[in-house]
Amino acid sequence: MSVLETTSPDGRGGIRREDRPLAVAILAMGGQGGGVLADWIVALAEGSGWVAQTTSVPGVAQRTGATIYYVEMIRARDDASPVLSLMPAAGDVDVVLAAEWMEGGRAILRGLVTPDRTTLIASTHRSFAVVEKERPGDGIGDATAVAEAAGIATKRTIAFDMAALAEASGSVVSASLFGALAGSGALPFSREAFEGAIRAGGVGVEASLRAFAAGFDRAVKAGKPDLPPKGPDKALPEPPERVGQPALDALLVRIRSEVPPAARAMAYAGVRRLTDWQDAAYADAYLSRLKAFLADIPAATTLGFGDAIAVEAARQIAVAMAYDDMYRVADLKIRATRSERVRREVAARADQIVLTTEFMHPRMEEVCSALPARLGAWIESRSGLFRALDRIVNRGRRVRTGTILGFLQLYAVASFKRFRLGALRHGREMAHMEAWLALAAQHLATDPALALEVLKCRRLVKGYSDTHARGLSKYDRVAAMVPRLIGRADAADWVRRLRQAALLDEAGTALDGAVKTIEAMLAEAAT
Amino acid sequence: MAERSFAREVEDLKLADGEVFRGEGILAITKALLQCGVGYVAGYQGSPISHLMDVLADAEPILSELGVHFESSASEAAAAATLSASVMYPIRGAVTWKSTVGTNVASDALANLASGGVTGGALIIVGEDYGEGSSIMQERSHAFAMKSQMWLLDPRPNLPSIVKAVEDGFALSEATNTPVMLEVRIRCCHVTGSFVAKDNRRPAYSLAQALENPVRDTSRIVLPPASFQHEKEKVEKRWPAAIEYIRTHRLNETFGDDGRAEIGIVMQGGMYNGVIRALTRLGLADVWGNTRVPLHVLNVTYPLVDDELVAFCRGKRAVLMVEEGAPEYLEQALAHILRKADCPTRLEGKGIFPIAGELTATVMLDAMTAFVERHAPDLLGNRPPVPDARPILADPKVKALADVVPPRPAGFCTGCPERPIFAAMKLVEKELGPHHVAADIGCHLFSILPPFNIGATTMGYGLGPASASAFNVPASKRSIAVMGDGGFWHNGLSSGVGNAVFNKQDGVILIVDNHYSAATGGQDILSSRAFNRLRATNNSIVAAVKGIGAHWVRQIDRTYDVARLRDTLREALTTDEKGPKIIVASSECMLNKQRRIKPLVSAAVKRGERVVRERFGVDEDVCTGDHACIRLSGCPSLSVKHTDDPLKEDPVAAIDNSCVGCGNCGEVSEAAVLCPSFYRADIVQNPTGWDRFLARIRSAAIGFLQRRHAARRIAFPA
Repeated sequence: MSVLETTSPDGRGGIRREDRPLAVAILAMGGQGGGVLADWIVALAEGSGWVAQTTSVPGVAQRTGATIYYVEMIRARDDASPVLSLMPAAGDVDVVLAAEWMEGGRAILRGLVTPDRTTLIASTHRSFAVVEKERPGDGIGDATAVAEAAGIATKRTIAFDMAALAEASGSVVSASLFGALAGSGALPFSREAFEGAIRAGGVGVEASLRAFAAGFDRAVKAGKPDLPPKGPDKALPEPPERVGQPALDALLVRIRSEVPPAARAMAYAGVRRLTDWQDAAYADAYLSRLKAFLADIPAATTLGFGDAIAVEAARQIAVAMAYDDMYRVADLKIRATRSERVRREVAARADQIVLTTEFMHPRMEEVCSALPARLGAWIESRSGLFRALDRIVNRGRRVRTGTILGFLQLYAVASFKRFRLGALRHGREMAHMEAWLALAAQHLATDPALALEVLKCRRLVKGYSDTHARGLSKYDRVAAMVPRLIGRADAADWVRRLRQAALLDEAGTALDGAVKTIEAMLAEAAT
Repeated sequence: MAERSFAREVEDLKLADGEVFRGEGILAITKALLQCGVGYVAGYQGSPISHLMDVLADAEPILSELGVHFESSASEAAAAATLSASVMYPIRGAVTWKSTVGTNVASDALANLASGGVTGGALIIVGEDYGEGSSIMQERSHAFAMKSQMWLLDPRPNLPSIVKAVEDGFALSEATNTPVMLEVRIRCCHVTGSFVAKDNRRPAYSLAQALENPVRDTSRIVLPPASFQHEKEKVEKRWPAAIEYIRTHRLNETFGDDGRAEIGIVMQGGMYNGVIRALTRLGLADVWGNTRVPLHVLNVTYPLVDDELVAFCRGKRAVLMVEEGAPEYLEQALAHILRKADCPTRLEGKGIFPIAGELTATVMLDAMTAFVERHAPDLLGNRPPVPDARPILADPKVKALADVVPPRPAGFCTGCPERPIFAAMKLVEKELGPHHVAADIGCHLFSILPPFNIGATTMGYGLGPASASAFNVPASKRSIAVMGDGGFWHNGLSSGVGNAVFNKQDGVILIVDNHYSAATGGQDILSSRAFNRLRATNNSIVAAVKGIGAHWVRQIDRTYDVARLRDTLREALTTDEKGPKIIVASSECMLNKQRRIKPLVSAAVKRGERVVRERFGVDEDVCTGDHACIRLSGCPSLSVKHTDDPLKEDPVAAIDNSCVGCGNCGEVSEAAVLCPSFYRADIVQNPTGWDRFLARIRSAAIGFLQRRHAARRIAFPA
């Protein structure tokens, strides 16, 4: 092929500078249909008398990784073929289609989105990366950062949950993205031409067209881009006047008279949880424990920490008192509401039968701790007996709660919860709680910020069996540092950092690092 | 069967003279082979050339009608050796693989082939896996062409050019008795476009004819003294013939050279589009390929035609060599050519370009700008504004994204049967401590990434066990070597298992068998369990390793059995038995399985048959948000979500509707003693009368108990 040597009057050696292709970059993950979307765009352009080219680097990224598909298109000429680029250039992209919110962020970060040129069309749904999911705490990236960057980096942003729209239409996000692209008007092609491209593709046409239409309609409605869905707000209703149950109404009276206003909603959440976890009397004990702790609060109030401490105490004491054990698990799994939720979650239709199977693995540790305190301790102290029993108990058990016999097993366990407060585990949990509250209470008057951070450290204790033990040990390592930090202006800050570090990884490597940093700092201060 | 069906693409292979082919670059090459009267095609699958293999595998009727033999080779070495058919006989043959890894494997055969030379055209299509998205070490295929003296084509990245390169390649090979390499980069393989097709041609001389009329010529065999003659022949006959052919057939192209320009650009053909676009941004070219800076495009990058290059450079103040990757073989050669010719033209290249790395759009623009500014600044005149993202990238709000946007490397698919294998390895690691794990090439290599973080080295396809062989010394721990079924048949049976048996290696060899060459697109291999009309499948890996002398061999036919895998692995690491401990862990690749069974299942549901769908779920009120389950899984369908529970600060685990019910979640939570929040739901579709009867009884009984339970609780209204 030789290139046409046009002699043009522009005096620039036959260069047609004004002709430039439209560039579209698609950022998608494996399985989102990015390749299909690119093919649709090419078919759309070609069907409208343009020349289009797409390419990509799928490689191993086909397996759930992130991939960029790149399309260029230009109105065809009879006398020449265009030379189109095989990769997007920073600052030279007209439309970026992001099939997931953070991928939109990635496009901005790669310079593919610039304010003079780029329309960013992004689905606001999140598909979390492994690094976000694997943290023992909350590793989810801050989605608002992408919205803020988009606010300055794009010429125009079209953002809404295209995955949800697509799902409602029985299709995938690529179809609603294509609809949003059509609705954006960023490409000079008619809606019919877009739909023609889908029809020409020939696969899943009807569902794709439905998702396309939904995306189109939503995009043409001018308006501000949506923010990514935040997840539900924490349910914190104010306690009602009364509910008509004397035992419960007495609890409500106590909340109103004994808990500072700022913490009443949280205390009500605690009361509900503990009533559900055990009974009204136990919730009453919770309120007493909370009241005793808050008795020292006036000193803190003067320093501006009163409300925060009251809320945190109301939350964390409830968490500590409603620890996770086998009674609780059984109690939750046999409820009618749970059966309904399962049917909803697995999207079962009314004419389908759903049978659930639970995956349990009790160990002798758990069984023993659920026994009456003296019996449990007796068995624990006899290691031979303990091991023998463990051999019987310790194995994976699949309980078929969809069957009557399976259901009865959990029903029986749940029924024994009335003995729980006399069990070995309960005594230990309460002792641990008291030690933790004492550690926090110690600082209520002198360093309320530190007290608040100590309260929050209860978050480290969670889970079952090994997970629970690991959480406890992390808590213990953080708690052990507290006395050494007393008196420092930044003590609260350090405890917060320790807690955050503890939630970064399972083994506690980050926590060890933070502890070492503090020790070095303390050693330096001592010299 | 490959990951997807190529029935539609096969239709493209039938296009006749004058019809327009539309599609991907690699498929255009496939069609071009048939148009060139190729007699046989062989190769080893891998990105970016898998589609070539897959389409031909599905094109059996067309191939047999044309009399073309197609073979999925056992390895790239086997593919390269196949070209031996073109040594004595005038038959065109083509082979293909991923480069440079495949060329490494093939280079023994290639060197022998190149030494003796060929009679029929021999074309080696290498998918150059370089730059963004590459999964291999960053090297150049160029060195192989130089060391063995094979000619290397690097056409401009558009369909007509690469189709022409296939035609040129065969003709050049025949004119020079030399095998020819055709290099196509990833983006070029996947680029879409069109070209005007020609009729397919039957091979002029068939393989059957050759078999029935054998020819033997000892001067073509690599054995002294012939081998010494070959070396001479390469430089005295084949090289000049190649130069002559390239020049007379104008395989290299020059654009926009009116003889008056002060500067020029020399480039690998594959760089052409990038160069044009960079010049366009500077206002020196346009999208139609018109350019004010003369361009010399090397569609043949080895050998170089000295006088063409000297003619292009002579009279110019400076030229720029656009060459991707290191070392800069072409720039060195051009410097040498210009020096020999006493040509004073200044040569620029690396230095203006970064020495290593892909020539991305930004790199290309920066280099072109620097080159023109240095040697012909007048050309730039009134510059149009150049696209520049730097100001926006410098904004703190954009910079902040770097901490927020998560890396998203490839990982195991939803329901992948390899996930439980590595979950079991993590559990054993918790008991026995970390071990040296020699990894291998294949999907299982994703174990090196979070959440598993397993694997210390990877030395090459099928070389996992071999790469652990030095660790055959007395120690309190054993090495673990991982290898896939693909790598096993590629060479691991001999280099890994045979080697370990022979040297009494005391380590553990874990063979991950997913019934396909899965990472390359799900092609069948010897041990595939499916019936394949054209190939012999269902050959047992266990029988093979026993046949080669292994004694401690365990077959686990359901990798989702995490506890069993864990126990087997523990036994392998602790048993007193000497010699290699071999575990073959088998379950079908879920991607392929779903593709296979989904249509069957939905057809059965439609017919009204009873079908049970399994799905996993998490009880969000039981889950405490520690995510230990995710750290032993990483399944895309196992995610996290925030709840409205004010007493739960961390997000809880959640399983979405993409779950295929593989069972890993349940098995892992059981084996790892995680937490009781997982449940499996068996959803009975089209239940039978008996199902419904049973369900009525159960729901009556369970409903009664649920109401009784609720009545005994006092609770606040929801």
